[in-house]
Amino acid sequence: MDKVIRVRFRDRTWTFDRKMTVKRLLEEVGLLPENVLVLRNGTMVTEDQHLYPGDEVKIVAVISGG
Amino acid sequence: MKCRTCGRPAVINMRQHKLALCADHYLDWFVRQTERTIRKYRMFTPEERILVAVSGGKDSLALWDVLLRLGYHADGLYIDLGIDAGLDYSHQSRSKAEAFAAAHPETRLIIVDIPATYGESIPQVAARTLRGRQRPCSVCGLVKRHEMNRVALEEGYDVLATGHNLDDEVAVLFGNTMQWKVGYLRRQGPVLPADAQGLARKVKPLCRFYERETAAYALLRGIDYIYDECPFSKGATSLRYKALLAQMEHRSPGAKLHFYIHFLKAREEGLFCPEEQTRPPMHPCERCGQPTTAPGLCAFCRLWVRKEEAGG
Ligand code: SF4
Ligand SMILES: [Zn+2]
Ligand SMILES: [Zn+2]
Repeated sequence: MDKVIRVRFRDRTWTFDRKMTVKRLLEEVGLLPENVLVLRNGTMVTEDQHLYPGDEVKIVAVISGG
Repeated sequence: MKCRTCGRPAVINMRQHKLALCADHYLDWFVRQTERTIRKYRMFTPEERILVAVSGGKDSLALWDVLLRLGYHADGLYIDLGIDAGLDYSHQSRSKAEAFAAAHPETRLIIVDIPATYGESIPQVAARTLRGRQRPCSVCGLVKRHEMNRVALEEGYDVLATGHNLDDEVAVLFGNTMQWKVGYLRRQGPVLPADAQGLARKVKPLCRFYERETAAYALLRGIDYIYDECPFSKGATSLRYKALLAQMEHRSPGAKLHFYIHFLKAREEGLFCPEEQTRPPMHPCERCGQPTTAPGLCAFCRLWVRKEEAGG
């Protein structure tokens, strides 16, 4: 019943129970927006977008070595 | 945020360009920018045959995809390094490259299987030679360069294209600057001209895109790329530099782009004396014919000769 924002990044997951912006989310989990892309329910979104309980969020790292 | 072109919701905001775009207009923008870079640095013409070094990662597959969309004659080269390291890395990345090629029947994917061709995987060669005791990357880079040159030459390609993005270039530039490696700085750039001794021209058509931009292109195009890193890249200096540079970029958007662009400009204006004045003469390797600084065998051939001498 309790709806949450479910966030996945590599093999980690977080849940949040309140509405927040993508920018806020990245601050909470300690990632720089320059290093990631954020997908909300499968769609890429900008930092000013809001995330709501019930959203599935995937954070994709964009930095590779080599 | 809204797309600057059409006003629909943006999927990406690029602070360094003060530009937000929707998916469709982002993809258009990316393709147009690539074409602009190709022309600006005179990388190649529609008549030339291009060999794209494909690793199965986002950058090289995005590059191949864009070149095909622009109508260039671009084939792929995948070099199977035989790296497993508990992640099945080479096998996984190879299957991404093969799947992309299968979906684009107009192109060809050339595969060089290092263990099958030379009898040893990259980690095995590295463990056997002094060059790669701690980390196989130096041997790996040497083998990849040699094999790319060899295939380009044997198969008659005019140009070798790699998927290096701005973050890659800036990390290398930063490292070379920190140590004032003038020889490397002189040669680093979007184009490395063909060598009189037969090495193909090398180009980096994505060199002005942030890594985040190539990733966004791959995602939005639905390109299935290998997300995991080569296990040996862990702790690489380039990753530490990238982390530092990301901090700078976060505080001043565009910092990375400016560092790179102004470096290219400064070099053009004569920051370094011309290469001919300092570069040692090159000789063809006695075994494979590729140019090398010392007479005798090139570094690649020395890798395998030691193995043959050891009776392996
Ligand atoms: S991380 Fe090192 S071993 Fe792995 S592909 Fe890159 S250069 Fe080769
Ligand atoms: Zn648009
Ligand atoms: Zn040789």
